[in-house]
Order: sequence, then structure tokens, then C-alpha cells
Amino acid sequence: MTTATVTRPDEEQADRQVRAARSRRWRAGGRRELIGLVFLLPAIAIFGLFAWWPIVRGLIISFQRTDLMGSSEWVGLDNFQALFADPLLGTAVQNTLLFVGLGVLIGFPAPLILASVLSTVRRLGGVYRFLVYLPVVIPPVVSVLLWKWFYDPGAGLFNELLGKVGLGPYPWLESPDTAMLSLVLESTWAGMGGTVLIYLAAMVGVPQELYEAAEIDGANLWQRIWHVMLPQLRTVIALLLLWQLINTVQVFTEPYVFTGGGPQNSTTTVLLLIFRYGFQQGNYGQAAALAFLLALALALMSAVYLRATRSWSKS
Amino acid sequence: MSGFVSETSRRRPGTRRALFTVHGLTLIALVLIGLGPLYWAAKGAVSSPTELVTNPLALWPADARWANFSLAWDDLQVGRYVLNSFWIVLGSWAVQLFVAATAGFALSVLRPRIGPYVYGAILATMFVPYTVSMVSLFLTIIDLPILGINIANTYWAIWLPAGANAFNVLLAKGFFDALPKELFDAAKVDGAGTWRLLWSIVLPMSRPILAVISLLAVMHSWKDFIWPLVAIADPQKQPIAVALTVLAGQAPQDQLIAAMVLALVPPVLVFLAFQRQIVAGLGFTGVKG
Repeated sequence: MTTATVTRPDEEQADRQVRAARSRRWRAGGRRELIGLVFLLPAIAIFGLFAWWPIVRGLIISFQRTDLMGSSEWVGLDNFQALFADPLLGTAVQNTLLFVGLGVLIGFPAPLILASVLSTVRRLGGVYRFLVYLPVVIPPVVSVLLWKWFYDPGAGLFNELLGKVGLGPYPWLESPDTAMLSLVLESTWAGMGGTVLIYLAAMVGVPQELYEAAEIDGANLWQRIWHVMLPQLRTVIALLLLWQLINTVQVFTEPYVFTGGGPQNSTTTVLLLIFRYGFQQGNYGQAAALAFLLALALALMSAVYLRATRSWSKS
Repeated sequence: MSGFVSETSRRRPGTRRALFTVHGLTLIALVLIGLGPLYWAAKGAVSSPTELVTNPLALWPADARWANFSLAWDDLQVGRYVLNSFWIVLGSWAVQLFVAATAGFALSVLRPRIGPYVYGAILATMFVPYTVSMVSLFLTIIDLPILGINIANTYWAIWLPAGANAFNVLLAKGFFDALPKELFDAAKVDGAGTWRLLWSIVLPMSRPILAVISLLAVMHSWKDFIWPLVAIADPQKQPIAVALTVLAGQAPQDQLIAAMVLALVPPVLVFLAFQRQIVAGLGFTGVKG
């Protein structure tokens, strides 16, 4: 079978048209590409300067000695050595873990219980939600200063009220034994609202049939909460717990404004230490080294936690 | 919705009474912990310093000193600090909205070839909390790369980094992705340019998400403390959150409380006005508080 190898004139013309169209499309595509880039430019510039570069640079300066004049020299692991030689590092890590632990102990069950109650409310639901979320909108510094006044051992609200029922007086922020607990109580109050509302939204989303089926099978109220509602909420619970862990590890405003890290460094946290190294002592390298270790710890924590909960939520 | 308390059990008088009691107690507790501190702050703000000490549990001072608010506003310069906060919020809001809208539009509608890589790099920043790169961010603003200028002590040092918010880009892109593509094609056929497409079609249709981004930006930048503390050293330029920590060591107790009330009124008013959107915004934002 023989086929014509010579292209006929009209085919040639069609071919040329196709090629022209292709190049037009290419040129149009190039233009579109360019416009797309122009619109991406603000994000690239802003993220580049204020997110990507500082992250990379943080890694670099933790191996350098840097001063405000912009000069810097490589010092190897000196910053890390100086960091581990500081006896305050161990204290700060312990304090931070204490804050995180107490925060989970108090701040994890409280919103879950409150949200469960709110999920059964039918009238005035908006009022409940408003009141729950109100502390969240108050600027943290104001909340802390307000609570500092409440904690005042002289004429503070808490000791006065507790004194009426024959309790106290408690030293609150003044004693190394109770200072951290005082910080956790305030931060639970200040941060709980958002968590309650997210749990509430998730609880409303649990299919009603599940509760009905459980009830027909004879499950009582607690069994319906424990065996129906909580398993349905596992993903949300896991995410919020992780979010709480990541947030509380970075606690700064509470110790900075309440106590400045005292008494006797009992509320000096990791972030407070980074702040002191960097912005009070001008030791940017050591501050960056600690920040780098903090980032590693956070990443590791998230990875381990997500892995653990993935197997748990599959079961 | 009836949740884990079913309809049938709700009709039982025992259950009804139990629910009523639990709800009533919860409401009282919420009023005490939600409104209580605010009321106590308002009461403290108009009390005299001696009354704060001699009669700390009084529900209202014998003679209310409303002048404390004007004293705080003028003498403690709270007026100036609130105005500073206002400028900081305004600029941060504008930068965040601009970056989120342009990036979301480029990634969702224009789709340049490098888009997915840029998006990935933007999302990756969510895994590095900004407290971790705070030190190097400070070294960056005192000597901007390429430009070589120092923006510390100016509001640009707060406005520009505020724009690097991956969450805003995620929200904007997600919303733009859900807009009907036929509309964009129709607009192109009608000869609308790229800029017109964004300005007259995409943005007007995206009001809900722009409102959510705006509210998040405003609330967050009014509450922000650690970065303004680092970036703005000049006391005359500091926002109210930073200035309060300085005032706490110097001002008389009653005027300090008045200053605190003045600092919390603007965000509470915004919350009162936009409660529905802010609470709905929580749904959009998932777990971001």
C-alpha cells in the first residue's frame, strides 16, 4: 500500500495555520504566565523577606556570632555549647513542661465538658456562646494585668473572696510553688472560648441516629457520651490537643507580664529565655540556637503525636 | 438538635428539671467568668485608690470617679497609644488583605506554572511558628536584604511581616477555587482584563471570606504583643498592649485599670458588632484561635 508522501498545497496551508495558532497560544500562554507571576509577586516578596528568609537565617545565625552592626563570623557549635552550659536552660525547659502539663490537665477537659453542656442548650444558645467567647477577644496583656490585680495578695479579689469562706490567703504569683499554676489558670480562662465553640460545632454535627440507636440498645446518658459522642469527636479532639500543646510550649505573654520569670525563675519559660538572650543580652546566636531546638522539639512532638493518634483513630 | 439527651427523655419531668438546673448553673458560672472580670475592671476603673484597698469587695464605689478615664486618656497618654494601635491594625489589615487577595487570585484563577510550588512554600511556613524565627526576623527588619534599609521603630516593621500569613492565603485560595469558572470565561469573552476580573468579579463575590480575613487580621493585630514589643522600641510609637506593660509599673492603680478598660473596649465592640461572623469564622479557620 502506498501513501502520498507529498503534502498537497491545502494540507500545507492547514499545517501552517496550526503552527501559527500554536505559537499564538504559546505567546498568549506566556503572557498569562507573566500576569500570574505579577499577581504572585506581593506574596513572594512578603513571604520571602519576612517568612522564608528569617527561617533560613535563623538556622544560619545559630552557628554564627552576630552583632547589630551586621558583622557575623562562623563559630561552629559555640552557641549550643554556651546554651547547654547555662543552668537556666534546664529550669526553663522544666517550667515550660510544667506549664504545658498543667495546661493540658486543666485546659483540656474544661472546654470539652462545657461544650457538652452547651450542646444540650436550646434556648438562649447565642447568649451562652457570647459569654464563652468574650474572654478570647480581650487583649492578652489586659487579661494578664487584670488577673495580676485579682491575684494581689493585699486587696486582690481572689484572696478577699476566698477569705469570706475561710480559705487562704494564698500567695498566688508570689511563691515559686503556686506561680505557675496561677499563670495556667489565667491562660485557660483566656483561651478556652475558641476551643469550646469548635467542640460545640463538632458535637452538633454528630448524627442524631447514632444516639437514637444507642438508646434503643439501652445505653444510658453517660454511655451515649462516652461510647457515641467522644469517639465521633476523636479527630477534632486530637487536633485541638495538638494545637494546645504547640501553643502552650510557646508561652510568653503570661510569664513576661505576670512575673517577668520570677519568683526565683519559677516561671522562666523557653520563650522568655530566647527573648532574654536575644533582646536583653544581644546574644542573637544563642537565642537563635535555642529557637532552632524549640522548632525541632515542636516538629518532633507533632510528628509523634500525629502518628500515635492516627493508629488510635483507625482502631 | 437534641444531642445525647434524646427527645423522649427530654419529655420526662426528671430530665427536664435536671437539664434546667444544669443550664441555669452553667449560665450563672458563664456570667461570672465571662462578664465578671469585665464588670470588675469597670468598677475598679472608677474607684479611688483608697477604696480599692479599704473596701475591695464593694460592688460599686461610694463615689464613682469617671474622671479616671480622661486622666488615663490624657495624663497616661492612653489616647496616643490607642491611636498607635489603630494605625497598626489598619496597616496590618490592608497588607494582609492585599497579599491574600492577589496571591489567592493568582493561585486559583491565573494558575501560573510555578503556582503550586509557591503555594507549597507558603503553606510550609505554617509549620514554623513565628516565635521561633523572631530573632532572625528582627535582624531582618533592621537591615532589609537587597534594600539595605532599617524599618525597626516604624510601623512598616509590623505591617509588612503581618502580610506573611499563610492561613489568609489558604482561606482566599480555597474560596476562589469554589467560584464558578464559567463566570471567568464569560468575563474574558466580554473583553475584561485580568485586573477587571479580580476587581469587578472575583472580589465582589468573595465578600464573606474577605470579611473573615479582615476580622481575623483586626482582632489578631489588636491583641498582638510580643512582636510590637520587639519591633517598636520608641515609647511614643508603641501600641496600647505594649504601653500598658510599661504603665503597669508607674501609673496609680485606679488609672491603670481605667487604661486597661479603654484598651479592651475596641475589640469587645468589634466582637459585639460582628459576633456572628467571628463565630462563623471559627468554622472557616478550623483550629486557629
